[in-house]
Amino acid sequence: MNIIVCIKQVPAKDAPLSINGNWIKESDIAFEMNEPDSYALEEALRLKEKHGGEVIALSMGPERVKQTIKEALAKGADRGIHIADDNFAQLDPLGAATYLAAAIKKEKFDLVLTGLQSDDHGFGQTGVLLAGLLDLPHATIIMAIEAQDGKMRLKRELEAGWFQHIECPLPAVLSIQSGINKVRYATLKGIMAAKKKEIATITPQSLGVTAQPTQKVEKIYVPTKTKKTEFLTGTPKEAAAKLVEKLKFEARVI
Amino acid sequence: MKILVVTEQRQNKWNNTSFETLAAAQQIAKDTSSTVSAAILGKGLSSLADDLAGKNVSEVLLLEHDLLENYTPDGYCVALKQLIESTKPDLILFPHSYQVRDFAPKLAAQLGKGMIGDCIGYKNESGKLVFVRQMFQGKTNADVTFQSAAPWFASFQAGAFRADLVEPNTSGKASVNAVSVNLSAEQIRTKPQDLFKEAKSAVDLTQAPLIVAIGRGIKAPENIPQAEAVAKALGGEIAASRPICDEGWLPMERQIGSSGQTVAPKLYLALGISGAIQHVVGMKGARTIVAVNKDQNAPIFEIADYGIVADIFEVMPALTEALEKAKNS
Repeated sequence: MNIIVCIKQVPAKDAPLSINGNWIKESDIAFEMNEPDSYALEEALRLKEKHGGEVIALSMGPERVKQTIKEALAKGADRGIHIADDNFAQLDPLGAATYLAAAIKKEKFDLVLTGLQSDDHGFGQTGVLLAGLLDLPHATIIMAIEAQDGKMRLKRELEAGWFQHIECPLPAVLSIQSGINKVRYATLKGIMAAKKKEIATITPQSLGVTAQPTQKVEKIYVPTKTKKTEFLTGTPKEAAAKLVEKLKFEARVI
Repeated sequence: MKILVVTEQRQNKWNNTSFETLAAAQQIAKDTSSTVSAAILGKGLSSLADDLAGKNVSEVLLLEHDLLENYTPDGYCVALKQLIESTKPDLILFPHSYQVRDFAPKLAAQLGKGMIGDCIGYKNESGKLVFVRQMFQGKTNADVTFQSAAPWFASFQAGAFRADLVEPNTSGKASVNAVSVNLSAEQIRTKPQDLFKEAKSAVDLTQAPLIVAIGRGIKAPENIPQAEAVAKALGGEIAASRPICDEGWLPMERQIGSSGQTVAPKLYLALGISGAIQHVVGMKGARTIVAVNKDQNAPIFEIADYGIVADIFEVMPALTEALEKAKNS
């Protein structure tokens, strides 16, 4: 089973964000693999271990993205594809999916996996858009995959604790729910092996498609507070004592 | 402008966020001198269509077909594309449900359009609609505009608008118009099966008046007893944000948020929870919210009544002690 995993690189979770117009200042902050995508990668590696085939890590963005592809290779992906684009952060979901779909079309694959959403833009559309652009069946928020005889039995999460099984033919595109598996760490052996693995770099221009913007982030800003928070200060002991006082006599909830 | 709201039902029961989106549409319509129609898809929907006709809408569009009885992304995309091409709405609004996330971006793309998903509000800037959504897990807001010609697609986050503010139809009932759908079985590539729930959980957090919830700030499973001690001293239940349950540190039944439980306790004490939107939608109805987080810019403080900016590992033992003391006094 040949699987392409789409992986985004995003600002590290604890990175201090400094707003610059409609994006952030990228200098001085660390980037990391989008956490929801790490579950998709893990699922791809597990499917490969069971069914054979290869796992391709596909990512788009500036040069720094190579580091995230290398991490995927160290965990066990067989090769990487990097669509090199310094303006990636300015693409809308359909634009990003247009380039990813064009790169995917050049490969032989059975399955395309994405994470549920990115921790930066958080649109959560890439998987569904890829299915549309590749004209493939898809399913999202997947909690289990059983592949057999050219089709899959999937467990899909619905809201409020409900689940549903669905049957889906291959090839297909799936968006993986976070928590579907336990993500592995790269081993030293894996890190060494990754050095010999191939990362193909391609430009968006070479893909023969042009994305027209359909939407634009005009600006980002820290939201203004709607609720007045009373901050309790002092040592942890003092703050805790004040809080208990407030909960007892002001909010009257304990 | 013509606004179309695509409502959502499952097994002929409303997803109530449909009415929140309808309220949003009515408000946008007032702001922009527009009309609102509402569509519903499925089978055997006359009573739900009648519910919609009782609201202030220009018409109810009823898309019934055997193949729409159970939701599939293929079936919904085919049916709604036909509806949009025949009725030509300018703005199509959806509740940002799991189901909408599963098909709406593709529907928009089939028409060559983009979708601004998961919006929390909108602004009318001299005739130009600006949609507001969150980025960076709720740490920032973003103003987003459409760049191409109509139709435009957008979805609203649960809780962004109030369902009880939907305007009723003051002149009787709006007309319900059946729309024929050309859909064949081979167009639907996935086969949905029955819905199910995992084994019934022993704890019902929705009934708990006092909840102590932990997030990533707890760092490791061996630290959880410290939070459990706070819960015990308070006489409350322990709960968590998604990452904690994903890691298997607490069972899934203790998860609060869009994919877990929605709760509205008397007191919600959030320890080391940043306040990502997926979590906040599950607990913002709490009467009193307390947040302890070492990052003073954490979005959880946006909705907290009381806040302590500190390391939870220093606050938890102090709080346990203070609660014990209050109990015994």
